[in-house]
Amino acid sequence: MKTLDLPLSADIVRSLEVGDPVSLSGVMLTGRDAAHKWMIYRFVAAGPTTSTREEPYQGEVMQHFDLRAVIGKGGMGPKTLDACATVPGVYLHAIGGAATLIAQSVRAVRGVHKLNFGVPEAMWVIEVEGFPAVVTMDSHGNSLHAEIEAESARRLETLLKA
Amino acid sequence: MQDLREPLLELIRRTSTDLPPDVQKVLEEAREAESKGSAAQGALDSILENVALARENSTPICQDTGTPIFDVQHPSGWSTRELKAQIRDAVAAATEHTYLRPNAVDTVSGVNSGNNLGDDAFPTIHFKEVEGEDLIIDLILKGGGCENVGAQYSLPDSRLGAGRDLQGVRRVVLDAVQRAQGKGCAPGVLGVAIGGDRGSSYYASKEALFRPLKDQNPDEKLAALEKRLYNEANKLGIGPMGFGGKTTVLDVKLRGMHRLPASYFVSVSYMCWAHRRRRMTVHAGSIKYS
Repeated sequence: MKTLDLPLSADIVRSLEVGDPVSLSGVMLTGRDAAHKWMIYRFVAAGPTTSTREEPYQGEVMQHFDLRAVIGKGGMGPKTLDACATVPGVYLHAIGGAATLIAQSVRAVRGVHKLNFGVPEAMWVIEVEGFPAVVTMDSHGNSLHAEIEAESARRLETLLKA
Repeated sequence: MQDLREPLLELIRRTSTDLPPDVQKVLEEAREAESKGSAAQGALDSILENVALARENSTPICQDTGTPIFDVQHPSGWSTRELKAQIRDAVAAATEHTYLRPNAVDTVSGVNSGNNLGDDAFPTIHFKEVEGEDLIIDLILKGGGCENVGAQYSLPDSRLGAGRDLQGVRRVVLDAVQRAQGKGCAPGVLGVAIGGDRGSSYYASKEALFRPLKDQNPDEKLAALEKRLYNEANKLGIGPMGFGGKTTVLDVKLRGMHRLPASYFVSVSYMCWAHRRRRMTVHAGSIKYS
């Protein structure tokens, strides 16, 4: 388990590799679908996110804001992986569904923006300590999600031949 | 009619915060099965720690408290109009108590109603009049991540070589699991309906999720296919959260339906590991939860 203080330096980001479990402390910003669309179309501001729905926006958001880490689940696609290499940045996978456990790492809510997006979609500024995650996309072009997807496709093919 | 709003609020609290024992058991078995120190085992450790904390603190297991799906079996004499009003009141109260996150978004205006009450279909409530004296209300909270990876196939499917038979069903269900990867918060439970029209088929695939885990399908052919799909899906190597590993699905539930001669649908509903499913029974005025 690597203990990381936020914000992350480029050197720290480059030292992270797929499979590393990490524990985050510091200030982070939340943002989901409406926030990502708004950042691109209205203003362009940044935040970690959930899943591949943000794939059309995330790369641009990361580049524009020099965003070093995105937290979500389920992984993201090639545009985000490219952005991870250039910024540099990492995709950190939190445990989906582990709400109570993750909430325990939140020390304070510093503020909230765009509450008119609704509670889940608003951008919350939170201070965390020991937020658990796993590096699943790194700045060296590796994606655990791409590996598992390719390997499971091979295994499916074998099963369907039987 | 009996005022069930308080008992219904308690049903929602239990469903959101207290994972059923059968689900916890298969998650514990999955943790033992994964390799020591693997990311898969780490994910299951966090999941089980979270389940215990949520129960202890009476806080939601998952922040996405999903679409509340109520399945109501009532003897004659109950007003479904009044039951529906009470269920909706309880859902709003549960949101106020933060057992539920405000989840009802008006698709046209983009506005979140703030209390989980949307149109007639949100929350989802289905009524069936049944024999006997007990009123039975089943509730599932089905989150958006797993709902988004659900899939419906129209057989034959030439890409997958799936014909209109149980072999074809097997092929498309495995395809659905491979496509879902970890995005539905694996390891999941599959509810699968075979037949029906597009609408009835999808709903039946959700109803299949009300069955207890590891029960026996009364249809021999379906029971055999459930076992086979369970074993084969777990050979895909997707694992908890899609980190890789031995546990990709926790159980598979199949249900056969009638269909038009022209149609052969297979509908797959994916339920995340946080399979929040509870039942409330009203017997002679007294309430029991299970």
